[in-house]
Amino acid sequence: MALIRAFETRVAELYRDGEIPGFVHTSLGQEGVAAGVGAALEEHDYVATTHRGHGHCLARGMEVDGMMAELFARGEGICHGKGGSMHIADPAKGVLGANAIVGASLPLAVGAAMSSKHLEQGRVAVAFFGEGAVNQGAFHEAANLAAIWSLPAILVCENNVYAEFSDSRLMAKVPSVAARAGSYGIEAALVDGNDAEAVLRLTADAAERCRAGRGPFLIEAETYRWHGHYEGDAQPYKPEDEAAAWRERDPLEVAAARLGERGEAGPEELERIRTEAMAAVDQAIERARELPAPDPEEAYADVYGD
Amino acid sequence: MSTATEPGTQLRYIDALNEGMATAIEEDERVILIGIDVGAGGGIFRVTKGLHERFGSERVLDTPISEMGFAGAAVGAAMTGLRPIVEIMFMDFVGVCLDPILNQAAKLRYMTAGALEIPIVFRMQTGAGKSAGAQHSQSLEAWFAHVPGLKVVLPATVGDARDLLLASVRDPNPVVFVENRRLYSSKGEVEAEPLPLGKARVARPGDDVTVVTWGQMLRTCLAAAEESEASLEVIDLRSLRPLDMETVLASTRRTGRLLIVHEAVQDFGAGAEIAARAGEELFDELRTPVRRLGAPAVPMPFSPELERALLPTPKAVSTAAQTLKAEG
Repeated sequence: MALIRAFETRVAELYRDGEIPGFVHTSLGQEGVAAGVGAALEEHDYVATTHRGHGHCLARGMEVDGMMAELFARGEGICHGKGGSMHIADPAKGVLGANAIVGASLPLAVGAAMSSKHLEQGRVAVAFFGEGAVNQGAFHEAANLAAIWSLPAILVCENNVYAEFSDSRLMAKVPSVAARAGSYGIEAALVDGNDAEAVLRLTADAAERCRAGRGPFLIEAETYRWHGHYEGDAQPYKPEDEAAAWRERDPLEVAAARLGERGEAGPEELERIRTEAMAAVDQAIERARELPAPDPEEAYADVYGD
Repeated sequence: MSTATEPGTQLRYIDALNEGMATAIEEDERVILIGIDVGAGGGIFRVTKGLHERFGSERVLDTPISEMGFAGAAVGAAMTGLRPIVEIMFMDFVGVCLDPILNQAAKLRYMTAGALEIPIVFRMQTGAGKSAGAQHSQSLEAWFAHVPGLKVVLPATVGDARDLLLASVRDPNPVVFVENRRLYSSKGEVEAEPLPLGKARVARPGDDVTVVTWGQMLRTCLAAAEESEASLEVIDLRSLRPLDMETVLASTRRTGRLLIVHEAVQDFGAGAEIAARAGEELFDELRTPVRRLGAPAVPMPFSPELERALLPTPKAVSTAAQTLKAEG
């Protein structure tokens, strides 16, 4: 979580300062979901994510250096400067990619679950998506397929209250995502997304169910997007007190308080973790700044395979 | 291939497709067939008949009427080790599942700098001339040829129905495979040594006018060549991507005249691309301007009489070719 916080904090600054091109969507405030799900999975499991995917990538062990170089659009970026923030991926780590089409992660993850089942690999496929994506047909079609074929898929909805600029509670007569899963015969549970441990426990249970062949599971993780839909969004649509209340429930502080209570990590230890995370990110930034832009020939590579 | 039809044996286009799929499923355990009614029902045109019985529901999957879901899931499966053949019952239905083809299958290899491979075939049946109306008759191949990352394959012969399908399944790239329903009952022979995917075929040699076509229009152009006073060299393109311009240019250099014929709407169609390229390469060698013949820019109507009035006929092709010859 500390690494995601450090990464996203710096990315927001770099974007503001014009060092990162394109569009950037940060997950500040939502780190608990990424960390909890990431920690519950096994190394060979699959993750398909969204335009707000940096945290999920980091939680699956993607390298900070390669990710930062990609955001800087360098040739040594993990996608050679051809993916960027919205399409960052590392299949070697099971990350099938961030995806800039809202809802697209769902069918893709269901397909990865098909592969796992067909090839008897015991892998679980996670689809991350926001509550905004639940109004896309892709959610409903993918959920139905996962259910009828009893696939090892975990559908993780990060309900961060806003679908781009719009209050999601006004965008569906049944705003509960967990309730909508029920209409496809998919078991679902609501969890505090800012409590990484609770997310971890629930995801681990869901993964166990999947591996036992008991079919898909949907997790609705309640959380909040601290920044705008994209960096630069001034968020005139958010009430101030709402944003302030959610910041009181910072997922890092929730975890810190619990670790402190249990005597597992004191303030000094936690400060050290945060400092080290920021140092790793700053080092990646320094490195990325020095890297050359991609060779123009790179633009023509990888359109087709041989 | 123990089940393969021997070269020289007559079979129907539809059976050749079926044999291509059967061979693909049999030779590679990663190949699955997925689509609406492709399983126990054998497909609404019976193209997949018998495959479910033979290979079981693990390999031949009936889906809900849910193209976005199963096309998207098939892309996800292709990313993670399977090689799906997806049937889109009518090409017109891609309107409800374009994203998995356009934004996912076509781009994921590129966006991940080759870390992901998407070996998938989207079989799409189409074709006007059967009173199927405006939502069941469209030839949309130019849409897909316009998207880098996709291959677009259009078999016109029985041999290609089998062999280009097999080549498409074995290809590491996403392939849009277009079947014209009016060819389904056509008969022909499979070939001993099929041409590779990406190579055009000179279907009939000639000297006066080069006629480039693909899919169902090959038969129309061959019929035109029979009745035309001009000598037509008919080229079956077989795929729009890859586009074998080498064969087209070599023929056109010799004849000095080029006519492109397709069933799709002429405006902004694939013929325009071929005409432009020929113009760029052969400006000084062309004896006449390059001409196109396609459907007029109207939706395909229901009435057989109206439909017939819109589709290129052998007569229209031979008239166009003779006019070209007369021009210079």
